[in-house]
Order: sequence, then C-alpha cells, then structure tokens
Amino acid sequence: MSWTLANLDLILELTLEHIRLAIIPIIASFVLSIPLGWIAIRNRVTRAIVITSGSLLYTIPSLPLFVILPLIIGSRVLDDINLIVALSIYGVAVMVRSAADGLASVDRVTLDAATAMGFSGWTRFWRVQLPLAGPVLLAGIRVVSVSTIALVSVGVIIGSSNLGDLFRDGKNRQILEEVGVGIIMSLLLALIFDVIIVLIGRVLLPWNRTATSGETERQADPVDPTQLGVRV
Amino acid sequence: MDLILGALGYIFDPVNWGAGAVQPGAIGGLLLEHLRLTALCVGIALVIALPLGFYIGHTGRARQFVIGFTGAMRALPTLGLLYFFFTLFAFSLSFLPAANLAVVISLIILAIPSILAGAYSGLESVDRETIDASRALGMTEFQILWQVEIPLALPLIVGGIRASVLQVIATATVAAYIGVGGLGRIILTGIGTNDYDRILGGALLVTALALVVDGAFALLQWLAAVGTAPRGARDTDGDATRAPLSAEPATQQ
Repeated sequence: MSWTLANLDLILELTLEHIRLAIIPIIASFVLSIPLGWIAIRNRVTRAIVITSGSLLYTIPSLPLFVILPLIIGSRVLDDINLIVALSIYGVAVMVRSAADGLASVDRVTLDAATAMGFSGWTRFWRVQLPLAGPVLLAGIRVVSVSTIALVSVGVIIGSSNLGDLFRDGKNRQILEEVGVGIIMSLLLALIFDVIIVLIGRVLLPWNRTATSGETERQADPVDPTQLGVRV
Repeated sequence: MDLILGALGYIFDPVNWGAGAVQPGAIGGLLLEHLRLTALCVGIALVIALPLGFYIGHTGRARQFVIGFTGAMRALPTLGLLYFFFTLFAFSLSFLPAANLAVVISLIILAIPSILAGAYSGLESVDRETIDASRALGMTEFQILWQVEIPLALPLIVGGIRASVLQVIATATVAAYIGVGGLGRIILTGIGTNDYDRILGGALLVTALALVVDGAFALLQWLAAVGTAPRGARDTDGDATRAPLSAEPATQQ
C-alpha cells in the first residue's frame, strides 16, 4: 500500500486523463455509427460493404495504427489526437454492426404504421426507428466503452499519458503494486462507465424495461396459433 | 499510397523471408511463431472455458456470477496484465521464461470471455421443448448435452471461438513489448528504427493473417449452421441457415 498512498495525486491525475481520452472516442463512435448503420440497412450490398470494412478495421493491431496515423491525418507524432482517432476507428468498427442490427430489428409493420400516420422518411427515422433501435444500440455502446477504456492504456507506447503509465513505469521499476493499481483503476473506470451508460439508457428508453417484462410474460403464456385461427 | 507500397515492398522482399534476414528474423518464422502462440493460448482457453460454458448453459447455475465475471475480464487491459505477470515472474524466473509465461497467461485471459459467452449463450439458445422432449425420450443429462444441445448450439459455439481467435491474433502483437512473440516484433523493430515500411508491413501481415484465419472459421461456422438447420428449411427460407453468427461483437486490445 505504501506506493499507492505516496502517489495518490499521480493516480488521480492519470485517471482523469484516462477518462478524457476514453470519452471522446466512445461518443464519436456512437454518433458516427448511426449514419453508417443507416447506410448498411439500405440493401445487401451496402450491408456487406459496411460490416466487412468494420471487421476489417478491427483486425488492425492497435500499436501500428497509433504510429501510422500521424502520416495519414497529418497530426504530430506524439499528439493525443492520434490515440483518439485510432480508438474512434475501433469504436466505430464494433458499433456499426450494432447500429445496423438495431435499425434492422425495428418491425416493418411499425415503420409502415408510422408512414401511414404521416411521418416523413426523416422524422420517421429520428422519432420511430432510432428510438426503437435503442436497446441494441445500448448493448453495442457498452461493449465499445469497455474495450475503449482497456485500449487507452496502449497509448503510453506512443507517449500519451494515462493509466497505462502505471503499467510501464511499474514494469520498468519492478513495482508490482503500481502495475496492479493501474489495472484496478482501469477496471473501476470500465465499471463506472458501464453503470452510467445503463442509467442513461433507463432514462432515454423508459419503455425498454416494460417491454422486457412483457416478453417474459409472453413466453410464459404462449399463444397457440391454431387456436387463434379458430377464434378469428 | 507510398506508405502502402513501401510496406508491400518490405513484405515481398525475398531478403526478409530468407534465413539470413536481419532483425527481427525471417517473416515466415515470425508468422509461424504468431500462429503457434495463438493456437497455444486459444487451445488452453478452450480447455478452461468450454466445459465451464457447457455447465452454465446446461444447468443455468452460476449464470449471473459468470456473466459479471467475464464482463470484468473483458475490461482487463491486456497490456497491464502482461506487465503485471512479467514483473511478478521476473522476481523468480530468468527473462525468457518470465516473458513467455506472462504473454501466454495474458492472452489466455483475453481469449476466455468470448469462448465462454459463445458456449453458454449457444446452449441457452436451444429450444426448451427440444430438451424436454429429449428428456422424455429417456436420454441422460450427459446424452442431452452431447447429442442435442452441443450440436444445436454449434454455430454460436464456433462463433465464440472465432471471435476469440481474432482477438488473440490482433493482440498477440503486444508480446513484442517485452521482447518475445511473433509478428509484433517486426512492428516494434520498425518503431525502434523509425522504419515505417516495417511498421505498416508488420501491421498488414497481422491483418492478413487474421483475415485468412477468420475466413477459415467463417467456413467452419457456415458448415456448423448448415448441419443444424432444420431439414427442408433452406428450401422455403433462404435465411434459415443464417443463424446468429456471434454472441457479441469481438473486442481487441
């Protein structure tokens, strides 16, 4: 405990830096993946293109991406922007699939009903399709949040300052406690972010919980389709 | 474009494949080393995660605990784990065994959550009525698991393994941070010497390897899905064989 107690200021400072570096890519990947998801559900071809490029981007190892990015986007070599852009790319790669699946999961009948009620294509998307895709989007962004927080630490290799500093410094100076504190803080951040995202989901998607309980009810009391036919 | 050409130049230069290749060694050898490391770690993860996943999926016991636990495992930064184990082992072991052991343990921890999630969610996806019917036919629990649940869950199980292999291939590059491992060493050597051809060349090699292996798994998963699709279903509905291909999106570190 001695190392931790003597370095509380450093731990706090690096944790805040870690939060700053993680938040931007998480928000960016959510925002960017929605238009991409919209494109993906147009037809089979666009879906194949969007989903395949997503998984392709994901196989690029993080370190070379951090190093190559300055040459592509013209930033300085040791700038945090490289890390943020790289993490956003990974975030989008994961999130675009959730966005496409979520938007595609909305019942065709519901969309037709919205059109019949006079929604234009644009308002129907924002006020019907996107909110109904919410639960799937929420599940996707939770995965992005966890993986982004874990990945930020790799940024220390390219000079970014965050909880990964504790890993590197602890290894170089053989202070096991320092590496351990870095891992625990990183886990704690992931947990806090996850709780916050779930809470945001509860506020924004109040129907989500009732829908879930309704689903279990239906499973408990399955409607016999043949019986339904007789009655009608 | 010059960047890509330079990287391809590195990859296709016969000198870098020959036995006399300088730092960090011939590409072929590093590629094999990368594959060997991946196979070893995923193999051990399979031995740990599959039985556990089958147990949870079949009995429904400890489900919440394991879901929470694997969620936390996903949040572990692999770089931190690697340095933690390396520092720990370096107290009692010499450099090479300490480094290798740290890499293998970190990658096993990375590989477990996806395999576990694929196994239990696969078993959970099997229709309850099918299982009850098997039980009514007099099958033992073990027979139900092996002859009913696992075959029906195969696409999701293979999907979980596929996600974990992809993660391990991409993440195995971190082994180079402590001086061991496969293709990551090309990238690290490139960074050390400011040689962008090597950095991007190494990255392209890892990506190509991941794509080839992933393609093989996609084929395997398709075969598993075809095997489990209800007979005749494919004739009436082209989508019947398209079972959900993965339990959740893959993540790498």
